[in-house]
Amino acid sequence: MALNVVEISNVSKRFVIHRDKSLKERVLNRSRDRRHKQDFWALRDVNLDIELGSTVGLVGANGSGKSTLLKMIGGIHQPTTGSVRLRGRLAALLELGAGFHPDLTGRENVYLNAAILGISRAQTDRYFDAIVDFSGIEPFIDTQVKYYSSGMYVRLAFAVAVHVDPDILLVDEVLAVGDEPFQRKCMDRIRGFQAEGRSIVLVSHALDQVADLCDRAVVLEAGQVRADGPPREALRVLREDFEETRRHDVEEARRVSRRTRTEPAPSAEITAIDLVSDGAPRDRATLTPGDDLTVRVHVTSTHALDDWNVGIALNNPLGQMVLGTNAVMLGKPLPHVAGGSVVEFTLPGLMLGEGSYSVDAAISFDGLTEADRLSEGAALTVVASGQVVGYTHVANPDVNLVEGQ
Amino acid sequence: MSGASVDRETALSEEPFRPAGPTQGFLRGTVLSIRAIAGQSELLRLLTGRELKARYKDSTLGFFWSLARPLTMLLVYYVAIGKFLNAAQSPTRNPNGIPDFAVFIFAGLTAWQLFSDIVTNGTASIVTNSGLIKKVYVPREVFPLSVVGSSIVNFGIQLVVLAGATLLVRNFPTGSRWSYFVLALAVLVVFSTALALLLSAINVYLRDVQYLVEILIMILFWASPIVYSWHSVDGALHGLIKDIYLANPMTQVVLGFQRTFWVSGPSSSYPADLQMRLLVTLGISVALLWVSQRIFARLQANFAQEL
Repeated sequence: MALNVVEISNVSKRFVIHRDKSLKERVLNRSRDRRHKQDFWALRDVNLDIELGSTVGLVGANGSGKSTLLKMIGGIHQPTTGSVRLRGRLAALLELGAGFHPDLTGRENVYLNAAILGISRAQTDRYFDAIVDFSGIEPFIDTQVKYYSSGMYVRLAFAVAVHVDPDILLVDEVLAVGDEPFQRKCMDRIRGFQAEGRSIVLVSHALDQVADLCDRAVVLEAGQVRADGPPREALRVLREDFEETRRHDVEEARRVSRRTRTEPAPSAEITAIDLVSDGAPRDRATLTPGDDLTVRVHVTSTHALDDWNVGIALNNPLGQMVLGTNAVMLGKPLPHVAGGSVVEFTLPGLMLGEGSYSVDAAISFDGLTEADRLSEGAALTVVASGQVVGYTHVANPDVNLVEGQ
Repeated sequence: MSGASVDRETALSEEPFRPAGPTQGFLRGTVLSIRAIAGQSELLRLLTGRELKARYKDSTLGFFWSLARPLTMLLVYYVAIGKFLNAAQSPTRNPNGIPDFAVFIFAGLTAWQLFSDIVTNGTASIVTNSGLIKKVYVPREVFPLSVVGSSIVNFGIQLVVLAGATLLVRNFPTGSRWSYFVLALAVLVVFSTALALLLSAINVYLRDVQYLVEILIMILFWASPIVYSWHSVDGALHGLIKDIYLANPMTQVVLGFQRTFWVSGPSSSYPADLQMRLLVTLGISVALLWVSQRIFARLQANFAQEL
């Protein structure tokens, strides 16, 4: 039986934006009070239950209310209507080093920050060496933190934060700190939390990270839950939205440039992607590793195409690119054409690992503006021998005992 | 599932749900608030330590500076009022004279300094810690309370100096005098904490409060018999005005301090029923503290978005 640790029911949050703060302004503006107050609904009727042991990613565009929702779970904001109820110990990594005082030493700040996160003194004593060790700034632990570099600062803060012992951990955009080895340490720690059956609620713009870590993603849009489910599906919804926004932006940019330029900007559209393995070109294909793959990109255009480029990408189910290329990268810039055209890429001896992949194609002009993109225009399935896992394949892998009896 | 996570599940399934953040409601809320604050005693201690350590960090003289201010004030008042205005004379030569004038002033100043520290710094405490309040939920009462804690430590140092001064004039307070001190200190701490809680919460919504408080503290200093004696007020004020003057909790506290430490003061320097008055004020202050905490709890729901 799945046990809920957080229950959010019908939660709405209204922010009142005051334009004035001082007594003088309030008195002077009393009659015009309306104009100096503005309502903003950050969340509307959100319902969400979070189970023990699940890792939930809250994703959405800027201003969609995900951080507000996280802060409501953390008790920092109170809901205007509805209720947020939880059980178990909660720790929030909302901003690293929020409780650090620049004039205190690293050691003093560790104790202070730990207390803010709800760790008892005895526990901090026990973890202190581990915290310092994790942060990797041992020589400076008795230096005032105002002399720390920003990297040292967040390292120490993160080290304290990951030594909390919560049932529910709230994380807001803080996983990408420090250099790469430190980031890996952080991720290992988060995975350790998952293995210990803790619940994690994560706000992130790094969709790959969400896809990678979470077993559930919630897409928020303008304060409402737009999608809720396995990360793959939820993220697809979000990516489509982002694509929509991007298209709109491109459209807008074109309109502006049309207004400023007399000659019309080139516009083109990718209508289809065909895969040719053996047999007729279709929008889906099944391969075994080592097969050749030909990708045909169909382009229509109302104008002549000059200084243009077409690229393709093979993505894994999480939307991460596994392989990508374009005409310029291949050293064969596309020549002037009068209108519609078909561009063919050949990928001989493609060694992809078993799984399904989607194929994207995009067209751009002048080396920068992406004019159009067709996401998931074709689907590719790779069936392999089962000897290796991952996104790449090797032929005839082998293993031998070379030492030992 | 590992053993640890199964344990976690069984432990949590028995735990009831609780609302995120502070609980509203009058009586139940009070009990829960007190429990929540008590649970943060460790944080309170560390925040108090932070206030103390950070204040004079990097200065060569360190803690000495917390004494410098009251000692300078003592010197100024001693010279200006004691010597120039002839207040520091024995009553045999001047009917309004105050014997052991330095001890008299320092007793009042010590009490006043604690009051002014708690109220002024307490009022600003929520706004000062806005960075923390917007990012982490802890019972927000800990911020004004940590100001109370650090102010009391500074007060303790001054108290040692005051006690030393009474030894120096060979008039160390003994016996029942100390009961006035305990009572007056209780009123002082409870009353100023109540004000700090209330004003710190209001200050979030109306930033003018902290500037207003600074000015009021300056005015109210003269509304208590700190640098002049009760004896001269007794003669100048009558009827209702005198009652109002005496109802001021800080007047009673200052008188209580003087009653304790200023041993050479004649009995005409105090109203007769000082002990009773202090007890009543203590009761009112406790009630005020409770009301302040409730208002604080009510207002704190929107702290994070108003800061």
